[in-house]
Amino acid sequence: MKQHILDVFRDVFSAPTGVDTNKLIYNDYPGWDSVGHMTLVAALEEKFDCMLEMDDILDMSSYAKVCEIMSRVIADG
Amino acid sequence: MVDLSGKIAAITGASRGIGWTTAQTFAKAGASLVLNARRGGEVFEARCQELRDKYGVAVVACPGDVGDPMTAQAIAKAAFSEFRALDVMVNNAGVLNDGLIGMISEEQVRSTMATNLEAVIWCTQAAGRLMKRRKQGSIINLTSIIGTNGNVGQVVYGASKAGVIGATLSAAKELADSNIRVNAIAPGYIETDMIRAIPEATHQERLNSIGMGRVGTPQDIANTALFLASDLSTYVTGQVIGIDGGMLI
Repeated sequence: MKQHILDVFRDVFSAPTGVDTNKLIYNDYPGWDSVGHMTLVAALEEKFDCMLEMDDILDMSSYAKVCEIMSRVIADG
Repeated sequence: MVDLSGKIAAITGASRGIGWTTAQTFAKAGASLVLNARRGGEVFEARCQELRDKYGVAVVACPGDVGDPMTAQAIAKAAFSEFRALDVMVNNAGVLNDGLIGMISEEQVRSTMATNLEAVIWCTQAAGRLMKRRKQGSIINLTSIIGTNGNVGQVVYGASKAGVIGATLSAAKELADSNIRVNAIAPGYIETDMIRAIPEATHQERLNSIGMGRVGTPQDIANTALFLASDLSTYVTGQVIGIDGGMLI
């Protein structure tokens, strides 16, 4: 699943292959501003065919956090 | 005949008045619907069933107070669960509580703003997320001629409806690059439950101010919503369309 999430990041923010995922931080990585965040959320929802809660969306502050939240969302069905 | 077949539309305040007429109009045009009303129950369910039976469209009932942000989430989730998409969001639910300056209560301000303005923001946010997936959508906000022109005794209502215009214009700019259109309809004096309680003298005075000499009908508004929901308006965004028969305030 982490690879799929990374694919989404690469699509949305044009992140290069081999990007250091520790650098994928909200309001820090190029393009990941509030507008980019909503594009990321839409892409994640489409990729995983789910609908995220607002609290989760606001919590997605890094790649690691996105992975953690998406794991829970998918596990919850 | 305008065709909405294949489109998924959500309408708030859909149990009566402009919302119900819009629901009927959209169903007739072939849209699948998610309908919201403050209260569910047998009457609302019967109306939903009436649309299914009469027009053969899918209709999902999603009752709840739109002043509560969770209702907007529930509407979007209903659209997602049932149809996996949302193409049109009609933010119609509204309340009218007149009050002269000096007689305005805190509760009146709070409840009017929650239903008339905050709900538009919550539903726009929830709908916008779903619409972004397909890179298309139309959000239609019901404002009022009071929001553009003001009126005695309607400071709170006018402020809430003026706020809807501000939200519409900002959302239109923010969502344009996702091909999501956001427009507002500003009805004038329309034959709804809201105006039936108006005293006869006031009613006549308002009627005299309408150039076309008649009260508007919910169908006049629904027809404009139909245009904005359809592919006939794919290059229309950030507009406030007055439907008032030439009314002067």
